[in-house]
Amino acid sequence: MRLGRSLSWVALGIVVSTNVHADGAAIAQQGAGSAVACQSCHGVAGEGIAAAGFPRLAGMGASYLQRQLEAFAEGTRSNAVMMPIAKALSAADRKAVASYYAAMPFGGDAAMPAAAALRDAKAPSGTASAAAAPAPSVGVTLATRGRWSDTLPACEQCHGPGGRGVGADFPPLVGQSAAYLAAQLTAFKSKARPAGPLNLMGIVAQKLSDADVQEVANYYAALPAGGAR
Amino acid sequence: MTHRPRLVVGVAVTLLVIVAGIVAIGAFDPWGMGSYVQRKLAALGQASSDVSASPSASAPSPAGAKDIAGDPPHAELVTPAGSASGARAVFRPPSESQIPIGEFGDVIRRGRDIFVDTGRAAPAFVGNSLRCVNCHLDAGRLAGSSPLWAAFVSYPAYRSKTKSVSTFQQRLQGCFEYSMNGKAPPAGAPELVALESYAYWLATGATVDPKLPGRGYPALPAPAQRSDYMRGEQVYASNCAFCHGADGAGQRSADGVAVFPPLWGPESFNWGAGMGRINNAAAFIKANMPLGMGGTLTDQQAWDVSLYMNSHERPQDPRYSASVQNTRAAFHDTEESMYGREVAGKVLGATGAPRPFKPSTETGR
Repeated sequence: MRLGRSLSWVALGIVVSTNVHADGAAIAQQGAGSAVACQSCHGVAGEGIAAAGFPRLAGMGASYLQRQLEAFAEGTRSNAVMMPIAKALSAADRKAVASYYAAMPFGGDAAMPAAAALRDAKAPSGTASAAAAPAPSVGVTLATRGRWSDTLPACEQCHGPGGRGVGADFPPLVGQSAAYLAAQLTAFKSKARPAGPLNLMGIVAQKLSDADVQEVANYYAALPAGGAR
Repeated sequence: MTHRPRLVVGVAVTLLVIVAGIVAIGAFDPWGMGSYVQRKLAALGQASSDVSASPSASAPSPAGAKDIAGDPPHAELVTPAGSASGARAVFRPPSESQIPIGEFGDVIRRGRDIFVDTGRAAPAFVGNSLRCVNCHLDAGRLAGSSPLWAAFVSYPAYRSKTKSVSTFQQRLQGCFEYSMNGKAPPAGAPELVALESYAYWLATGATVDPKLPGRGYPALPAPAQRSDYMRGEQVYASNCAFCHGADGAGQRSADGVAVFPPLWGPESFNWGAGMGRINNAAAFIKANMPLGMGGTLTDQQAWDVSLYMNSHERPQDPRYSASVQNTRAAFHDTEESMYGREVAGKVLGATGAPRPFKPSTETGR
């Protein structure tokens, strides 16, 4: 009886202690060991800091986020800030914090003042109806139609309408800053960032010119996150 | 790919020309529906009355899928292969910014909208989560992906599927009935007029010619080994499942839009669709999948994964009559169809009469 009771306390202790270290919210808000709190750079609502090029994490797919943390930890995705942080986290921590941010509401313009401001600045030319519009910009064409003469699919054929993401593996593009998106496309292109499953992004990025990269990054950065299709 | 002696190539080219000629004269059919055995025998100089020799429809093979497809080899042309006809430049449709202003332009644009967002733009006639553009990439413009411009200049044509001459609109009706698992819009319906207008406009400058380079999906040579379910399963897991899901159901965005199309199951095309034929799907897959990486799978992988995809259950063939065996005998008496065959202890298509049509409500399903 007594032995049984103390054993169950031990068991509970084990459960509690592993939970403490795999608590995504705690890692995000307070950090873990030498890993600083995620929110110190990625924001309290996981919205990122566009001006600094720190990406949004809220509402990104869990598998996607976890894969990035693993890549930082292994050093296959290179980033001076993120590599030591990801290494300082256990595998369970990385999984937990990925799930935490995946479950965070994606948010709208309220969480994305930079995007909203950029869009408003462009509004006069951007709000005209589709009828009799002049030839669409390179950015919108690449995002919504692709360039099939180069066998290049549209971004939204994988990242979903409006670039709002699909499932756990295809992250939203909308809600990220142009600087971040352009930097990632460039990194995919130069192979500084691993291309991910099936080499999908590697193949796509190879087909984009530097001007294409900038255009498509600007397009998504200016798109409303919660907007209609 | 492999280098063969010139003589062999010459003979192959001659045969290709003969087969293409026969196809053009007699049994031209963009999907190759039902005409495979006929054409093959015709090509061999045999009477087409011998057709019934192939797998007995009344007694579906009890064997696993492993043993089924691929014997004898798939020798047909899905369509004249665009890539094989280097002599002729591939037609290029006009750019979308050239769609005319005015009422005709509006109808063309409506056709384009239906083509790329079928369930939303023509909900009364769509019963699944597919869109035309899923199998006809780049809004029906892409050569080797059954482009609309090549289809448009190929009709009217005799189709062995319907055993009659079909107009282009009638061909479109078939798409709705089978590929969209829906209901054919009535002749002259605004949806058909819009789609026809879009196809007509895309074909601006093309020659009326059922053998236009780029038409259909480039035919695949017969597989070296008989198509195999188990190998296909592995191909699927490593190349397809990431987007289309391990269960073949595709993936939706959070707001319910089917981004990666379902390949089998209730939201996919029904058993009567052209893509349900192993040779058609293999040709599409080889040329166009994974998206943006067409041509990267080997021919064998394309055959194997096509067999695998088409060895799963999907909505009933709307032509179903009396029993799965009966229906197989009437419409699926070809090794290119797994309908009525047994896979993992279940007879594919043995799901009873077709379900009544329910309009697509893609979002929220």
